Amino acid sequence: MLTVVLIKSVFILAVIIGAIAPVITWVERKQSAVMQDRIGANRADIGGLTVIGLLHPLADVFKLLSKEDVVPEGANRVMHLIAPLIAAAPAIVAFAVIPYGGVYQFGDFELSLVAANPDWGLLYIFCIGSLATYGVVMAGWASNNNWSLLGGLRASAQMISYEVTLGLSVVGIFMCFQTLQLQDMAIAQDQTFRLLGFTDVLFGFSIPYSDWIRLPAWGVFFQPLGFLFFLTCIMAENKRPPFDMPEGESELIAGYFLEYSGMRFGLFFMAEFIEVVVIAGLMTTIFLGGWAVPWASTESIIWFFGTKVGLGVGFATGLCVLIHFATFMAKVVVMIWVQMLMRWTLPRFRYDQMMDLCWKIILPLSIANIFVTGFVILLVNGASS
Amino acid sequence: MTAPLVLFYLFALLAAGSAVAMVASVRNTVASAMWLVVTMVSLAVIYVLLGAYLVAAIQIMVYGGAIVVLFLFVVMLLNLRSDDFGPGRQRMLKLAAALLGLFALVQLLRGGGGLPPMPVAPEGYGGYAELGIALYTDYVLLVEMASLLLTAAIVGALILAKREVN
Repeated sequence: MLTVVLIKSVFILAVIIGAIAPVITWVERKQSAVMQDRIGANRADIGGLTVIGLLHPLADVFKLLSKEDVVPEGANRVMHLIAPLIAAAPAIVAFAVIPYGGVYQFGDFELSLVAANPDWGLLYIFCIGSLATYGVVMAGWASNNNWSLLGGLRASAQMISYEVTLGLSVVGIFMCFQTLQLQDMAIAQDQTFRLLGFTDVLFGFSIPYSDWIRLPAWGVFFQPLGFLFFLTCIMAENKRPPFDMPEGESELIAGYFLEYSGMRFGLFFMAEFIEVVVIAGLMTTIFLGGWAVPWASTESIIWFFGTKVGLGVGFATGLCVLIHFATFMAKVVVMIWVQMLMRWTLPRFRYDQMMDLCWKIILPLSIANIFVTGFVILLVNGASS
Repeated sequence: MTAPLVLFYLFALLAAGSAVAMVASVRNTVASAMWLVVTMVSLAVIYVLLGAYLVAAIQIMVYGGAIVVLFLFVVMLLNLRSDDFGPGRQRMLKLAAALLGLFALVQLLRGGGGLPPMPVAPEGYGGYAELGIALYTDYVLLVEMASLLLTAAIVGALILAKREVN
């Protein structure tokens, strides 16, 4: 039992930190370059081999490791040292509850592709997210620099505000799926629903094949507003542009990590990029069906390869695992791309605009969303019973 | 010793130790607040060991994540030091702390007060569904009263903040 959990944890950490996080630093450079009509990173090479700039993350690591590690005079040494660790740790452990594959039966052995599956899974993410504030605040305070302190203050106010709306924006999803467990949410989305479930007749005409007009039962179709609000809030939590007031180069130089150098600056940077992946994984799991292939449920995939093609159930299940993992990764890549697109399209907000967006727009609308969702659920359940 | 027991003693020690450290580091208010976070998170772990998952999650989200961040915010904005507090108030606090410590010592010497053995938790104990049902059926009056109190507090804060300063 413990070995299985350990293998699953090591696997997902290796994929996220070892493969995806370095590659998206390259994606960020390359995508910004393409969007701004430049060529982008292409110089780092090993023996003349540049691999379209993919060696840049490696060069970054060597550069950061070889830099001098400066602790400013008058800084609180201990806090200055541990702040980057506290900033990076929540981003890394958040992936423990995000499922990257479904539940499969290999004979007696049941394989559930998620490292930990507590029945309060989404609350765990919120807990971790709320602790992420401390790394930033500590870094800002311990540096003994007023720009850093201002950055830390801005970050704490911003993160605490958006935590409130972040929680409220997914209450509608809790109500739709009636669970907080992320694996259960993904399983609930591994099916389709009739788009015209309420009628076969529209404007007096009977609709041909109305039973065939189906959509995958993804959260985004039930909670489109929730999707938008959650994406906005969680991007604000990550403090990347357009929500990067805590860094705000033009007024705060670099904000809370101004006094950091070398790999400890790199840790803040890495935390940000891992959070991008965590956000993509979370959005995928809650709103985009997780590992589920649209219009093809787990049973139908196993049936297709096992019985129709004739590969046997065991082999078909193994194939299904691979297909689901690939589907999950594809959706994560799309969500990462969306975040990068927003980061390079939108200019930075003003601080009061950002606070207004949180407290005056998203908060009332997400509360209204909860009421409407409850009303609709009552209506649908009342009609069926 | 079983694993939960080892974890309990570990985090109980951590909670008590960090609480002491919080008081001891009173000269550095930010460090004090950070020790308070450690206490809160250790308490949350103990709640998890008791099977009260929702309470643990709320402990971290509300106390660990929100309230102490607000403390830090105020501390960092005002840059408070221990000598900013008047001496008279500190004497009162010391008296209260001594009384509380004496009470705890008496309880300890009496042999922990002979607590009854821990009952076996029923199915679903501490889950969000059970807690939600209990809150909105049996204790709905208390929930409504608490929400009224919070609304009154928000309105009061708004009035204080919007008051014209002459």
